[in-house]
Order: sequence, then C-alpha cells, then structure tokens
Amino acid sequence: MKTIVGLEIHVQLSTATKLFCGCSTDYRDDEPNTHCCPVCLGLPGALPRLNRRAVEYGLKVAKALDMKVPEESEFARKNYFYPDLAKAYQITQSDKPLAVEGTIEIEDDEGHEKIVRITRAHLEEDPGRLIHVAGGSKYSLVDYNRSGIPLLEIVTEPDMRSPQEARRFLNKLRTILEYLGVFDGEREGGLRVDANISIEGSERVEVKNISSYKGVEKALTFEMTRQKNLLRRGQKVARETRHFMEGRGITTSARSKEEAHDYRYFPDPDLPPLRVADWVAAIDLPELPVARKNRFTAQYGISLNHARTLTGDPKLADFYEEVAHVDPALAATWVADTLLGELNYREMSIAAVPAERIAELLALLRSETITDAAGVKVLREMLDACAAGKPCEPPAAIVEREGLARAAGDEFTQVVEKVVAANPQAVEDYRAGKKGALNFLVGQVMKETRGRADPRELGRIVSGYIDTGGV
Amino acid sequence: MAGTLDFSPDDRYNAFITTCRQAPFSDGTLAGTAVAVKDNISTAGIRTTCGSKILEGYVPPYDAHVVELLRQAGAAIVGKTNMDEFGMGSTTETSAFGPTRNPADPERVPGGSSGGSAAAVAAGLVPMALGTDTGGSIRCPAAFCGIVGLKPTYGRVSRYGLIAYANSLEQVGSMARTVEDASRLMSVIAHYDPRDSTMLDRPYDHRPVAEVKGLRVGIPEEYFGEGVDPRVGERVRDAIGVLEGLGAETVPVSIPGMRHALAAYYVICTSEASSNLARFDGVRYGPAVDTRKSWHEAYQDLRLELFGAEVRRRIMLGTFALSAGYAGRYYAKAQVARRKIREDFERALREVDIIAGPTMPTVAFRLGEKTDPISMYLSDILTAPANLAGIPAISVPCGRVDGLPVGLQIMGRQFEDERVVDVAFAYEQEVRA
Repeated sequence: MKTIVGLEIHVQLSTATKLFCGCSTDYRDDEPNTHCCPVCLGLPGALPRLNRRAVEYGLKVAKALDMKVPEESEFARKNYFYPDLAKAYQITQSDKPLAVEGTIEIEDDEGHEKIVRITRAHLEEDPGRLIHVAGGSKYSLVDYNRSGIPLLEIVTEPDMRSPQEARRFLNKLRTILEYLGVFDGEREGGLRVDANISIEGSERVEVKNISSYKGVEKALTFEMTRQKNLLRRGQKVARETRHFMEGRGITTSARSKEEAHDYRYFPDPDLPPLRVADWVAAIDLPELPVARKNRFTAQYGISLNHARTLTGDPKLADFYEEVAHVDPALAATWVADTLLGELNYREMSIAAVPAERIAELLALLRSETITDAAGVKVLREMLDACAAGKPCEPPAAIVEREGLARAAGDEFTQVVEKVVAANPQAVEDYRAGKKGALNFLVGQVMKETRGRADPRELGRIVSGYIDTGGV
Repeated sequence: MAGTLDFSPDDRYNAFITTCRQAPFSDGTLAGTAVAVKDNISTAGIRTTCGSKILEGYVPPYDAHVVELLRQAGAAIVGKTNMDEFGMGSTTETSAFGPTRNPADPERVPGGSSGGSAAAVAAGLVPMALGTDTGGSIRCPAAFCGIVGLKPTYGRVSRYGLIAYANSLEQVGSMARTVEDASRLMSVIAHYDPRDSTMLDRPYDHRPVAEVKGLRVGIPEEYFGEGVDPRVGERVRDAIGVLEGLGAETVPVSIPGMRHALAAYYVICTSEASSNLARFDGVRYGPAVDTRKSWHEAYQDLRLELFGAEVRRRIMLGTFALSAGYAGRYYAKAQVARRKIREDFERALREVDIIAGPTMPTVAFRLGEKTDPISMYLSDILTAPANLAGIPAISVPCGRVDGLPVGLQIMGRQFEDERVVDVAFAYEQEVRA
C-alpha cells in the first residue's frame, strides 16, 4: 500500500517588524499584548501597510526554490470568526500567490535523490494566540503579540512517499530557510505544518496542528498506520481533518462542523496588487547547502558525512570555517562529532560558543600538548562555563590549572611502575595472554594520570615495560 | 492664538452624537475654526460610534490621519456628527442615536449617511464639517440640506482611521456652506499618508477660480431619465444654463453602464462591509461579549442585539454575495460592471472636461417616508457611479423645489478635484452675485 504525503508549511519570517505594521516581531518572554498597535489589533479604521522586507524574504525563498514569480500577485481576505483573529479575517493570498512551481531535492527511502515539487508560496499574517487559563476558567485570554507576524506558506505537491521522506523534506527546507537568513530556527512555533496523507486509491486526510517539525514524522506514522489498518480490515478512510495531539502522539478527528468553512475569499481592497516579479533579478542568494557541502569536501578534504553534518546548519558551517585553519580534518572531527554531541547533550546553541577558544583547543590537540581525552575534559569545562553565561577561559589556562598536559618523563615512568607493582595478578594474567588484563592496567594508569596519556600509546608503553622491565 | 473654543450649540436637529464643549485648538490655517467630524472617523480621546450601539463607549486610542491634519491646522474639533449606522443609509434614520432632522424642513430627513455633518453646517452650528462618501453619503445630505459637499478622487485623502464600510469606494471629504470653505477644508485633509496603501501622493493645494470659459460640460442622458423628479431636472438644467452663460459649452454624453451601477454598487459595498464589520465581536472594544456563553453563540447574540436591522441586512447580503457558489454570479460580476462604468466615465471624460447632472433624483424625503429598502437604495443612483469610477464629485446648491434644496452635481476626471471645485465655485459666485 503506497503512502502519499503532501505538506503545507507555515514559516514565520524573521523580519524585524510585522507584516502590516511597525510592531516588533521579537516578543519572546514579553508580557502578552505588549507588541500591538491599532493595525495588528484590528482596531476600527486601521489599515495594513505591507512590509517590503517580508516580500523580499518571500522572494528569496522563491528564488532559492527555483520558483516562478508571476507579474502580479494579490492579497485576499480569508473571512472567519475566531477570538484570536483580530479583524475576523486573515490577510493572505489566494488566487494569486507570490510564487509558484518550484522544487526541492531530497533523498528517498532508498537513498536516491528525488524531487519534491513545490506548488506555491504565499505571504500571510499570523493570528494572535488564545491562552487557556488553567483551573477550568470559564473564559480564555487572547494575546495579540503574534498577530501580524509575517508567514510564508509553502505548499508541496503530494510527492512524498513516507513519513521519513516528509521529515527529510522538512529538514532540507529548514536548512535552506536558515541559509537564506529569513527564518529563526530557534523560535518556538516558527515552523508549523499541516500534512495531507492518504493511502493510494483511498481518501485523503488532513492532519493539522503539527507545531514541531519533529512531530511531523510521528503524526504521519500514526496516521499511516491507522489508515492502513482501516483498509486491511476492509473499512474506508473518511475524508476529514484530524488534529495531532503532540503529547499523546495520536491524531483525533476534528468535528466535521469545523470543516464546513466558507472563507469567502476576496481581494483585500486595502492593498493594491503586488508587482514584484522584477525584484527577483536583484536578489542575491547566499551559497546554499548543496553548494557549500561540495565546497567543503573539495576545499577542506573532509568526508562527505562530515561535510553534510557541518553544512546542515549554516551557523555550524560558519563556525567550522572559523576554526578549520588550524587543521581542517581535525577541526571537522572535533566540530561535527565531539562538539556537536556535547552541544546536543546540553541543548546549547553553537552561537554560544566562542570560535577562537575552540581554535586554541584544536591547536593544543594538533601539537599533541594534550590528549583527546584531556581535550574532551577541557571542552566540557569551556561549554559548562558558556552555558552558565560565564567568560570562557582559554583552554591553555584550563590545562594549566587542572594539570592536564600530556604525561611524560619521570612522572609517567613512576606511574607505570607503581601500577605494575600494585597489580601483580593483572601482570600475571597479561603474561598468560589475557587481553583484558592490559586494558585494566592501562585504565589504572589513565586514572592516575587523569587522562593525560594517550590510551593507545599507553598500551604499547605498559606492555613494553612488562615485557622488558623498563619504560 | 492657541486656545479653547466654547461650544454649546442648540442641537435641535440632533446633528451631533457627541459634542466637545471645550474644544482645544492651536495655530494654523484653520486656527480656532469649529469643525465637526462624522462619527465614523477616529478621534483619539473622543468616543467614536459609527452611529451604532455596537461601538457604544468606544474611545479610539489614535487619531485618523484627517483628524491629525485638522488638529495641526489649528481646527477646534467641536463634536462628532450623527450618521446612518456605519454609513448604511441615505437618510440618517438608521442611527442608533435617533434621526437627524433637516434644517431646511425639520419634518424631512437631512439625507445620509453624513446627515449630522450636513445639518450642523446648514443650521450654522459649524462653518465646515468632515463627511464620508461611499455611494453619495456626502453629496446626498449636502443636496438635501442646501450646502456644498465634495467627494474627492479615490486615493486623494487618507482613509487611515476612517472606520471602513466599503474600502474600495469611500473617501473622507469636506462639507461647508460655501465652495471656498469646502475647498479650504479639502486643502487641509488631502495630504499623502503612507499608511493608506490605496492613496497617491497628490496633495490638494488650491484656491477656487471662477473660470469656465470654453469648458466642455457633458450632460449624460441617464442623469435626467426615469426616476428623476422633472422639477429637480429642470433646476439642474437651469444651473447648467448659468454655466453656459459664463462661456461653457454643453455636450450630450452617455454612460450606458449606469444600468448596472446600483446593482454593482450594492453587491460591492455589502460584500466589503460583511468582512469589515465582522470584527465587531465585543472582545476588544465596545460592549463586552458575554463570556458565560460559548464564543460563537456569544458573538451571534451580541451582533444580533447591537447591530441595527439595515446593517444586519447588508451584512447578510454581502455574506451571500461572497459565498462559495455565488461569488462568481454576484461579486465577480459586480466587478465587471464596475470596470465598465469606469471605462464609460473615462471615455466620456475624454470628450468633455466635466460631467454635470442632479445630485439626487428628488428633494429630501419626509422622515419615515422610505420604508422599503429598495426604494431607499434607488435614491443613490446618481451618486454611486462616481464612487464606482473613483472620480471626484461635488454637490453645490442650485435652487429649490417646493422650498426644498436641490443639488447640482459636477463630476470630473480622476485627480482633477480642483476643476470640479472651480466649476462649482463659478456657478456659486454667479448665482450669488
């Protein structure tokens, strides 16, 4: 049974001001209804004035996705009542969107490249937000800070064949948006998805309310299984809208009444037609993910996997390019594997890490002043300090303070001697050919020297000492 | 000479919804001049009701652009004038604050929807007032009350702060006893405002000139046809005769699209209104919604209770005209008709410099006379075309029938508001002299 998926993605564009007024879009952590004016509150008499930057951002996306920009596009009113919709209509684009017919290339489930067609992209305003007061209050509160935030709605053709493909598509789209600098990936609710999913030959279901892009795969997997099970039991899939319950990982049927909307679209008489096709030529696109990935492998000689990971986030790629001069291969391993792992563990952003400090750390590693194990310790100290908002000490100072320099000379000899002397049974076992015994002895030396020795090198030294009686 | 104007009018015609007894003013071209403002134009700190219960108690936190300009020019805003609820009417009888009476005959309506502004001017309470004109709402009451009313070219005056009834049709304009004062007020309010995306940067800075020699005046047969009181037509033909006497030349023209003008007008204005008025839900301003009910039920009850019958009728009509399955037959067709009318006017105005005819087909009705909506709608037949075409139009008094004022309407090319003002001025100066 073939699964067919199409997506509608709402992207909050990261302009400084709202789509139709001068209110700031940066309301995070601010009190409700503090980023509002007569326009975004829909006060009687207020008129929308189009944010030119939002149009430019939309056109940037259109150009990056190879879309056509028609001579004329038009804003329309989508009429419906809801308390978070200040004017009782949303200004959006209906018959005449900003851009049409584009593509995004992704990997299919077999790892082959495939094209997902983009149907259209259009600009619209975000509504406000209802806040349901806990404790069974009889009313809800409305926050209009979000009202009027510019959204770009991107609609795909039903070209995806699995929830995994949908996830890969979204990852790809998100990366492109971040490269274009039109989208802030760290903003909650910055990317919201409605998904259409059907099993070939049967009815289509729209899943709404997927507010995290990670939830898309979950929602679609649930829905795909549900539909397949229905069909296996000989039942029919009803054409309907379903809501995704993020917390429970399931979809539930929306009441059919809610679907019976007639939005009565008509051109918004407050906004003249938009003629921006000739702006497209002047738009400069930055280097996009695929081009950057190819350049990384060629210029730095790093693996395709590292290049893919590093270019998956423009901020990470920029960071890599700031530290690659120390040693491109070493930098790739440390940034793509070690640093990224530590950041994910801490849920930290790369933006919080000072590149020059990491470059210094790489230099210490490259000159073999410290071991990899000591390097990880230093890195963790630095990240903990960054995460706590403290100044980030130079790695050399941490090495000095913590005594993490690679162990050598007498100190080293003494430790090996001491460990061998203290563990006669292990020495015996080693001589009897038990491999684990050497690892145990090396571990003891590592413990004594707090990771300042390289374990592989140490293995050779310990075995040599036992075999020959000297270091 | 900044100061405060004491304003305690004898408002026997119910021209005002709100009066400002102590009206502050500053220096400027209108320093200390009392100006009344129609109650659908937002005034910071002064309640603005649109003649509706649904906005009772609403005090805008901001000034409309035209009000900012009035204040900058030193005008004393002395009150907010009565109007048909949300501008929906031609008599000022649909106001939730009671009808306004016509100073020319208190048993008659002042016309509408800017009836309060017209009555305030005609009664001498203020020398000038702002009105708004969606399908004739400045010119109709100007004609009925015997004053001057100018509807500017669409896009010449900012709509920012004008509480929308039908955005694509309406303009704020000036009402006064003389053409000169109407022009003076127009000079104050017609300045570019980037907040209104439908306006052009074409400020009006003009002093009227009484010169019509060689002017080509188009006389459309449709403006003197069926439904037009012949005695009104006669007064207007006399007035055009005066212009001829001053050296103007008359040319018969035709606006065949007029047949569809009213239907197109009512489909467009009600469609836009159904969307514009949806925001009045008691959540953010006005009488508060009942939070004990479910929200949709609460909205429904509030809107049923607080909107008047004519407003509810037009919201229903507009909602229907935009509905899936009907929008093509109504809304889309109305746009085609509108284009046709616009083209008709453009064509005619290539042949002639201005078009002249009656403003209203009759004189003022008796209070309560127009009971069925259709006959009320028909009275807009001569004014709504200028709104559909977006052209400037002025109404200037031209005599009386049965002792009641008649208005001469002069329409011109887009952005030639100066010319219609000049023609009206030439006529006015001639008959006054």
